[in-house]
Amino acid sequence: MTYFAGFILLAGAMLLGVPGTTFADAADSYAVPRARLVREIAAMAAQDQAETGKSISPRVMEALARVPRHKFVPVEHEQRAYENRPLPIGYGQTISQPYVVALMTDLLQVKAGDRVLEIGTGSGYQAAMLAELTDAVFTIEIIEPLARRAEATLKNQGYGKVQVKAADGYYGWPEHAPFDAIVVTAAASHVPPPLIQQLKPGGRMVIPLGSAFMTQQLMLVEKDGRGRVLTREILPVVFVPLTGKH
Amino acid sequence: MPAPLVSVGLISAAVLGYQLLLMRLFSIVYWHHFAYMMISLALLGYGVSGTVVALWRERMSRHFPVAFVINAALFGLAAVAAFQVAQRVPFNALEILWDARQPLFLLLLYALLFVPFFFAGNCICLSFVCCKAATHRLYGADLLGAAGGCLLVMALLFLLPPLSALRVIAALGLLAAAAGAWQLRLGPRLAAVLLALALVLPFALPAPVGTPVPNEYKSLSRTLHIGGARVLEERSSPLGLLTVVESPRVPFRHAPGLSLNAQGEPPAQLGVFTDGEGFAALTRFDGDFGKLAYLDMMTSALPYHLLEAPHVLVLGAGSGADVLQALSHEARRVEAVELNAQMVDLVRNRHAGFAGDVYRRPDVQVHVAEARGFVAASQERYDLIQVALLDAFGASSAGLYGLSESYLYTVEALQGYLRHLRPGGLLSITRWVSLPPRDALKLFGTAVVALEREGVAQPGNRLALVRGWQTVTLLVRNGEFGAEDVARIRAFSDARSFDTEWAPGIAAWETNRFNRLDQPWFHEGATALLGEDRAQFIERYKFNIAPATDDRPYFFNFFRWRTLPEILALKGRGGLPLLELGYPVLVATLGQALLASTLLILLPLRLGRTQPPAVPRIRVFAYFAALGFGFMFIEIAFIQKFSLLLPHPLYAVAVVLCAFLLFAGLGSRYSERLQGGVWRPVLAILLLAASYLLLLPWLLRSAVALPDALKIPLAVALIAPLAFCMGMPFPRGLAALASHSPSTVPWAYGINACTSVIGAVLATLLAIHLGFSGVIVLAAALYGLAAMAFPNHGAGGVSTIAGSGKSDNRSDRNGSGQA
Repeated sequence: MTYFAGFILLAGAMLLGVPGTTFADAADSYAVPRARLVREIAAMAAQDQAETGKSISPRVMEALARVPRHKFVPVEHEQRAYENRPLPIGYGQTISQPYVVALMTDLLQVKAGDRVLEIGTGSGYQAAMLAELTDAVFTIEIIEPLARRAEATLKNQGYGKVQVKAADGYYGWPEHAPFDAIVVTAAASHVPPPLIQQLKPGGRMVIPLGSAFMTQQLMLVEKDGRGRVLTREILPVVFVPLTGKH
Repeated sequence: MPAPLVSVGLISAAVLGYQLLLMRLFSIVYWHHFAYMMISLALLGYGVSGTVVALWRERMSRHFPVAFVINAALFGLAAVAAFQVAQRVPFNALEILWDARQPLFLLLLYALLFVPFFFAGNCICLSFVCCKAATHRLYGADLLGAAGGCLLVMALLFLLPPLSALRVIAALGLLAAAAGAWQLRLGPRLAAVLLALALVLPFALPAPVGTPVPNEYKSLSRTLHIGGARVLEERSSPLGLLTVVESPRVPFRHAPGLSLNAQGEPPAQLGVFTDGEGFAALTRFDGDFGKLAYLDMMTSALPYHLLEAPHVLVLGAGSGADVLQALSHEARRVEAVELNAQMVDLVRNRHAGFAGDVYRRPDVQVHVAEARGFVAASQERYDLIQVALLDAFGASSAGLYGLSESYLYTVEALQGYLRHLRPGGLLSITRWVSLPPRDALKLFGTAVVALEREGVAQPGNRLALVRGWQTVTLLVRNGEFGAEDVARIRAFSDARSFDTEWAPGIAAWETNRFNRLDQPWFHEGATALLGEDRAQFIERYKFNIAPATDDRPYFFNFFRWRTLPEILALKGRGGLPLLELGYPVLVATLGQALLASTLLILLPLRLGRTQPPAVPRIRVFAYFAALGFGFMFIEIAFIQKFSLLLPHPLYAVAVVLCAFLLFAGLGSRYSERLQGGVWRPVLAILLLAASYLLLLPWLLRSAVALPDALKIPLAVALIAPLAFCMGMPFPRGLAALASHSPSTVPWAYGINACTSVIGAVLATLLAIHLGFSGVIVLAAALYGLAAMAFPNHGAGGVSTIAGSGKSDNRSDRNGSGQA
């Protein structure tokens, strides 16, 4: 059975051109659904690429194929962990839809060796995704029990290098600044000025806007080489508001 | 058999009060549209009682007094129990499109809430069946009781927290049982025991009091998970539950849409939540405007860069952020209009020290009033009318207010604001940025139409639209923007990295620069809305951005059927937030109510063993269904129409609804003296509805300047004759049936109950498409149909549920909308 699962995963990965998925995953009982999810997302990304020319990078897809999402959701939702949907994680918080997580991670363009800051650890899943891409991941969670839980999960899943802090994310993490990438998943009415300061020239910050279960739009903040800040607002989906013309 | 008139009146009072109260309670726990759906479907309990009585008529009639008293007492107990159990159902509206279990939870909620309505329905239906000679008086008592219940619950909601008010409703149910035992001669001892129970039991129940717990995804619940955050106080009224929260360890720092160029942190704030949502910041002010510099870094600060020491009118002042913004920009005088007196009290009195006495300053005048009515009645002219951003971003983006009538953003509203501007004055409206643009473009189009109606040839020269990353501000000038104004607008935007999406003379390349979108949607939209192909653009747009009018006041409804398949196909790619939930939920409510009603109405025909009745069933059905729909259509449409006349939306419920029920009740009693069919009252209804429809625009214009003390009697005087006539057809028809075909009475009652529920939902749906005028025209046709289908020789109206759905709906919505 496990051999079979591994085979499917490998076949799926080859089919999608996702390199590097190892047989280590074969021991994991959720390997099959995870591979299915990755395939699903890759197919959607391919469709997007056909329409817009933009796609999700292979590194991000690889990370998606590795991180065991079922370990980051409450036990009662484990069965649903590889459905492409947001899930409740307690404390009125949610773990985002995997497609949206992939998109956000992709927007950050994290390279190996980058320093990445996350505000709003939540389940820890996004931090794990980032940890697949670089070694220096710092994450801050405002709700203390959530921070402790995410820290434990990350450690148990082999992401012990991720530094978790229970604190007010407004001031960022000056000791480890500046950052190449910052992701702000905590709801905020505005972008804290300290976070913009802690972004390196050439760095990128991503902020999903919306409410629980609903990521309305993604804001991308880019700091150019001269320290000027430019923003882009991105709809997660390819959606043209007018009929006919386009 | 003596008719239990007092008891029926008490039950009706309790049921109507219960509906209004449930709406309040569930608006705190969930969100308004789901509350509306649950209660609408639960009200079908009335319809079920018709079916049940139709099936077991003889057995229940034989034991009428006992059955009546038991059902009344059970209503009282179930009213509390149903809500307590319902609170434990883990229903999460936000997961409804993700989680297959959620519809089942919802079904469970309907089933629970349906129980009390079923018991109450049994009492009333059985009375109609067993006290045939008293049909008119019973229906009269039913409606008069409901009118009393409406007033009672409004008063209760001011005096008690909602869960405690629920106990009073339960007591009322038991009181009705006591009155029933006495009136139906079951002995004074039983009546006394029930009376004692009514006075003791509901208040001794081991159930929580105070306020219910909001859903865990509401912003209040989420905030309270933050270390150190705690509730300082709660204030409850029919307008909503206000919760004041402090969070000393992690400050709120509420500054929506603040420019990324802003430095520094907002001062300390208290959070004021309305029904667990709708965050408003009460900002600490120590007299140092330097600390309020951040208020200049929001799109809503734009008008202050074009005006010198303006006289400002803030509509929807809430906890005072916009007033502070005006003061920090050296406004000469600020008038602040806020709907909720408790909100004003929090800022003016309770937290006056924290708020720096901002609502007590000599240059600030606060008015507790409805924004639209205030402007209409005002003799002043202002340099700036600032419409505040009151709804929450999350709620707004999820389309949660899609079905709330809002008279703040209609074409007529904007015309009214424009007429109250001094030459060169500005109207400034700030909305959230939704992508692809919805609010902003709808608002822009509304302003274009308003200007055109005011006779402006080149509306584009009077408009400016500035977009930040989260908010967008529209300016409409009384007069054209000059080159210097445009230069200032650009300088304002550039300094804050906002995009000037429209201003006279702006070129496409100058837009969409700082906060870039894939396409320059805002500029393209604004250009199209100013051009000749506006109608075509609106038609081709995938969201409904056609301007809202007073007749179709659904600014927040952006839903379009033809976009639905595309959005659903994008579910996996994060496309669901594009779906505006309000409208589909309404359609789902209607679909479920139709299905359930069809079953309920057909069931007695299949299972009943009665021989064919003397009156053809199709006639009975047509008559009572037409009345059910017709009554609700007229009632809901006129509540909406008259609410514009009244100074405060609470009056729309308390005065308009109550007057409707009261005069319909009197009409019912009077109709006992009528002979023959119902053509006379129906003709009077048609005549009155038609003349109101024609005269109302003129009337609303001429009456705005009247003092409030005259507006209320005027509204009542207008409603009285219409409602009086509408109270007649139902009892006339039921009385006719009782003499020709008594076995059909409960069935007719059930039909009327079901169609009243469907009618309430359908009225909103139709108003979205046809406008309230269209709804009134349809209602007139239905009354005509009813007159033709009169069951043999007799006459007619609708039951207590008359007061249902929509009206409660309003009381809540006013709470959440505030403006």
